[in-house]
Amino acid sequence: MTRSSGLPQPEGPYPPTEEMLAEPVPRDLQRDQAERLRRVWATPKGLRYVTAVNNSEVGKWYCLTALVFMLLAGVMALIIRLQLALPENDLVSADRFNQLFTMHGSAMMFLFAVPMFEAVSILLLPGMLGARDMPFPRLSAFGYWCFLIGGVFVIGSIFFDVAPRAGWFMYPPLATEDEGPGSDIWLLGLSFIEVASIAAAVELIVGTLKCRPPGMRINLMPLYAWYVLVVGGMILFAFPPLIAGDFLFELERSFDWPFFDPTRGGDPMLWQHLFWIFGHPEVYIIFLPSIAIAAMVIPTVARRPIYGYSWIVLSAVGTGFLSFGLWVHHMFTTGLPSISLGFFSAASEAVVIPTGIQIFAFLATLMVGRVKMTLPMLWISGALAIFTMGGLTGVMLALAPFDFQAHDTYFIVAHLHYTLFGGMVFPVIAGVYYFFPFIQKKLLSERLGKWSFWLTFSGFNLCFLPMHLTGLWGMPRRVYTYPSGLGWDWLNLISTVGAFVIAAGFLLFVWDLIRPKHRQPQIPRNPWEAGTLEWSHDIPEEAWGVRSIPHVTSRYPLWDQPEMVARIDAGRYYLPDAEEGRRETLITSVIDAEPVQVQRVTGPTWITLWAAAFTGGAFIFPTFHWYPPAIVCAVLAIGCIIGWLWTSTARPPEADSKDVGLGLRLPTYAAGPASVGWWAMWITMLGDATAFASLVFGFFFYWTASADFPPDGAAHPLALLTLLASLGFVLSWALTIGARRLNRSGRRGAARGCLVLAPLAAAGAATALVASVLHLDPTSHVYPAILWALAIWIAVHAGAGILMQLYCLAGSVFGKLTPRHDADIWNVSLFWHFVTIAALVTCAVLGLMPGAL
Amino acid sequence: MLAGAVVLWLFVNGAFYFMSRIRPGRFDQTYAPHILIGGGIILPVVILSALLVWGLGILTDPRRPGDGLVVRVTGEQWWWRVEYWPEGATEPIISANEIRLPAGQRAEIHLTSDKVIHSFWIPALGGKMDMFPGRDTMISLAPEKVGTYRGQCAEFCGASHAWMAFSAVVMEPEAFDSWLEAEAEDAVEPAGDAALRGRQVFLSEGCGACHAVRGTEAVGQVGPDLTHVGSRQTLGAGRMALTLEDLTTWISHSEALKPEVKMPAYDLAPDRLDDLARYLEGLK
Repeated sequence: MTRSSGLPQPEGPYPPTEEMLAEPVPRDLQRDQAERLRRVWATPKGLRYVTAVNNSEVGKWYCLTALVFMLLAGVMALIIRLQLALPENDLVSADRFNQLFTMHGSAMMFLFAVPMFEAVSILLLPGMLGARDMPFPRLSAFGYWCFLIGGVFVIGSIFFDVAPRAGWFMYPPLATEDEGPGSDIWLLGLSFIEVASIAAAVELIVGTLKCRPPGMRINLMPLYAWYVLVVGGMILFAFPPLIAGDFLFELERSFDWPFFDPTRGGDPMLWQHLFWIFGHPEVYIIFLPSIAIAAMVIPTVARRPIYGYSWIVLSAVGTGFLSFGLWVHHMFTTGLPSISLGFFSAASEAVVIPTGIQIFAFLATLMVGRVKMTLPMLWISGALAIFTMGGLTGVMLALAPFDFQAHDTYFIVAHLHYTLFGGMVFPVIAGVYYFFPFIQKKLLSERLGKWSFWLTFSGFNLCFLPMHLTGLWGMPRRVYTYPSGLGWDWLNLISTVGAFVIAAGFLLFVWDLIRPKHRQPQIPRNPWEAGTLEWSHDIPEEAWGVRSIPHVTSRYPLWDQPEMVARIDAGRYYLPDAEEGRRETLITSVIDAEPVQVQRVTGPTWITLWAAAFTGGAFIFPTFHWYPPAIVCAVLAIGCIIGWLWTSTARPPEADSKDVGLGLRLPTYAAGPASVGWWAMWITMLGDATAFASLVFGFFFYWTASADFPPDGAAHPLALLTLLASLGFVLSWALTIGARRLNRSGRRGAARGCLVLAPLAAAGAATALVASVLHLDPTSHVYPAILWALAIWIAVHAGAGILMQLYCLAGSVFGKLTPRHDADIWNVSLFWHFVTIAALVTCAVLGLMPGAL
Repeated sequence: MLAGAVVLWLFVNGAFYFMSRIRPGRFDQTYAPHILIGGGIILPVVILSALLVWGLGILTDPRRPGDGLVVRVTGEQWWWRVEYWPEGATEPIISANEIRLPAGQRAEIHLTSDKVIHSFWIPALGGKMDMFPGRDTMISLAPEKVGTYRGQCAEFCGASHAWMAFSAVVMEPEAFDSWLEAEAEDAVEPAGDAALRGRQVFLSEGCGACHAVRGTEAVGQVGPDLTHVGSRQTLGAGRMALTLEDLTTWISHSEALKPEVKMPAYDLAPDRLDDLARYLEGLK
């Protein structure tokens, strides 16, 4: 299909034979190799420590930051419980209370639950996959710094009494009409973090698909990696609808475009749909990684491989799919037709089945194994007890007639805390106890852990079990106080006591985590006698990830390949050295994990910090309607990112291939579908296309739901200009593809010519598209507003596309992009495939729909 | 449903406890598929299908047509504007913050909102139905037993969401008809000097700019209609009881009692405040 780039193919024997593996590595060589690797992977010291990008450092910061946000949100919960301990209490004002519960929910969801999954995965996944690092370490670091800046900004607002206060699902018109910057802080601050979340999801998916050790076919992956894949995919499709919603919402807040204002054709229900299309999968995005932790702990405890591996994988995928079909059960009381209620009731019940399969597979594993009870398993058991309770109340709530009563009461508060504590908090703590020796090479205290467990567990039930009754007796959620004499007083008092018992349990846990441990001995290498690859870690700690990347032939290599650890240590396997002084990891094929390439990964840098800081400015300044500094920051952020990409990605290597050990030679450069960058672009664009589809959904939602869309006598976009725009986009796309082909066939001059013309065509097309709606007033009605929103969306993407075309042009001129080394233009063509499709859809909506409406 | 849930919970957790604590030894491998398929697939499919059939069976349409009476309720921040439209009525009977229904009849409650989303809920009489600005929703209620029930807003609607409640009073049909007839009348004349002076206070302080008392020059539409406020059971949308004492407290401390409420707290001389309260309390 495409002409070969002339890059070398992998050469040499693969898979390695037993004789090759049994041959010892000379001692001197081992020492020299280790020394070189150590130097290359050394973590920066002193102030430069913050420039580290290694997954072990970034993952640790990420986890600790998410933990701190979680503790802050927990303190908010304690204040909420104190206020509700007694009827007509006036400990905090109504306004403060509303800020507290909004921030408690938002922080737990956006600053703890989802980031915690990403943090843990960044920390653990390379170890489980025997990879040196994630494929894009600087992207992880950038994501982390965005998360830190955005999180501090959002959660900090509560100290200035300007926090969002419309509830964590921010229903308009309450949230759109709200005065003060609270809603903007929520929208912009969390959008910023969502973008970082998507970046992390892209990296985790690519890492799982392309950075596995040789031989680890996709059906040999640790279950955790499967869950990462499923959850990463869900993030990719769940977050973009919310980002699209945020985009519309902020346009309404800042420029008065009436997307959710019913007086001008808008509809608050659109937000509810977009929010819950995100919000329900979100629940499973939080829950599945925790199951993944259980799936790692349970085989170790049962001392045998997991039973029903394929069942579990299929169920996880099934849960992921089903979770997108349930969102309406959050909206049962909005007056939907009975047929919708019936359908979504049934769908909501159906999701129990894959969840049940996963739990019973664990049960079966424990049954056929020889169980050795450990502290992590205690927390998993607690999780199961709590989660099944939350699941059973969920089954009740899925029935519409029951939900009519229980909806928006304390029954829901109880239900969601049972699912989240059982499905997230307890498994994550189990994971902390289980993986702490992997991270810090020390054990946590068994005694403190048991105390902490029993305090948290009993406190939890003391707090939340009575809430079911409080809700059934009619207490609505989100009330800052309540009158006495309705039978709620003593129930609330019990819940408050329970909340403080939980807090005591957490304090013990956190103390155990941070207490000084230098007198404590280091652990033996595999303290739980687990079977998966991460437990081959070096003791004392080394920053290189694995000494050499093993050839894996089983799901539990440490159990089934007894020679493996010694061979890893000796540097017998792949990439045992760093002769060129570059950080490298191995790229393998997606299904069979055959080695295909050596990937140069990036090292410590300040640029990610700067890029994150300026990106933060671009999101944070608009909160206060300070647009000039926001624009300056956006330009600087783009500059930083371009600089970072230019200097450290897809650089032509000094040699086209290198010896990676065991006689295998692998190329050091890849372009197109063979490269990780191309996969990352493809995955990112899926998310981007989902956000665009959400906007188009908005257009059709208004069309079907509202009688005056478009309103009588409304002006329409100029059809001729939309036609011109579509031609311009197609031309720019064709020129980009042409440039790629010409470049590869060595006609570099012609390729540069295309890359000069393509941005001009794109700029012309974007101008025509905006000009076609220029005469419409977006504040007058939702019809012109949504057309404007679509045009802006495409124009911004065209702008990004133009920058990319110019980047390739510069690459060609300055020798970064050559006929053999053309990864950049492959990725840019891929971007343009997506943008062109989106642009054509937009032109069709703008140019043709007025005729159809 | 509750009993079923308890049994299932005990079954799953008991099995886990048994496997991990009581008999941690190895079971025969052949049991495993039974556990997985039986517990993970067959059991939930059977139970959920049964539950779904039953649950959707009792899913009666909350919007069945009523027997004639229509009550239009508009959610405001944070009170309820109420209009009664008896069968054949051409104009509504206006009231606020209390809903009266005849026992044994199905009444249609038509719901909307002025600005933000609320949710209409009388737990003892039926489920919730959300109230949207710019859109009508409907729920019909057929109360059986005479009595007073508490209703409240169930969708978070701003600072004083906690204090957006009302009483739902279910009456014998004849009593309801005569009540509705009285409700349609203009306000009664103040009885006694204090109440007469109170009406003067009401008008001179500008209360009529927001509140209507039919039969007087007070025709404001911003706040609740007060024509028969004295006959209601609660004050301030379920905030307090309708007594002289609570009336004076409410008028002088409205903002403290109901955060961000539009009605300002009035700093009146004690005797004028007392007169005003007597006037309002007399508006039966």
